[in-house]
Amino acid sequence: MDQAEEFPVFIKNTYKFLNTDYSKFFKMDNLSKLAFLAADVLLKNENLDEFENNIALIFSNRASSLDTDRKHQASIENTDEYFPSPAVFVYTLPNICLGEISIKHKLYSENSFFIFDRFNAEHLQLYANSLLRNEKAEKVLCGWIDFDENSYEAFLYLVENEGEIEHNTEEINRLYNTL
Amino acid sequence: MSELKEELKTKIIEQLNLEDVSVTDIADDDALFGDGLGLDSIDALELIVMLDKDYGIRLSDPKEGKKIFESVQVMADYIEKHRTK
Repeated sequence: MDQAEEFPVFIKNTYKFLNTDYSKFFKMDNLSKLAFLAADVLLKNENLDEFENNIALIFSNRASSLDTDRKHQASIENTDEYFPSPAVFVYTLPNICLGEISIKHKLYSENSFFIFDRFNAEHLQLYANSLLRNEKAEKVLCGWIDFDENSYEAFLYLVENEGEIEHNTEEINRLYNTL
Repeated sequence: MSELKEELKTKIIEQLNLEDVSVTDIADDDALFGDGLGLDSIDALELIVMLDKDYGIRLSDPKEGKKIFESVQVMADYIEKHRTK
């Protein structure tokens, strides 16, 4: 069994293990489920405000929304059986997962999703530090959430001005390489 | 008719990814939207596609769905009258 076949079992077990209660979760695509739970692990311990939180999101990956794009493409290939699913189509952009996280945790700050050939610590460091330095956000949730047909990866971390670990590319790469 | 209603409940659960909901949890007259099953606008679009794909019913005006998707009973009545497959 490869990772893609294991994923539905893994993500459902993780959802239950984390006691995440969110009825829309099971309607999300694989990328959003992965991003949503990874973010939930970090944000649920942050004593977030019930109404609004100034936490920016900077996510990245390699495969964009390709896993869902393929499903949508399969549904429109045959003109005689042309029944694209609206619920699949709405996830054919990678940044939709940022919206799911923002809705759940009431984040009204900046969010961006970047596509790179490989993990790019320098970009995360520069962008997050710029947002903090210019007081565009109190904290920044950054990282790499990738889902392709045979594999998936989730690496997120929260940055703030008074954090415990220095936010430089060496530390970011060190933490990423512990995956 | 009761077979069609069971079929619709199964399709609604499977196609709309309703976790921890079983066929017996949905009464024929339960509201599908709002306080009932809590379906949303994307779910409504999925149901419109399902009508077309499985029963050959094309809604010319998506707003018609609001009335047709009131409950499983109303959906089944509409499908019985208008189905082409």
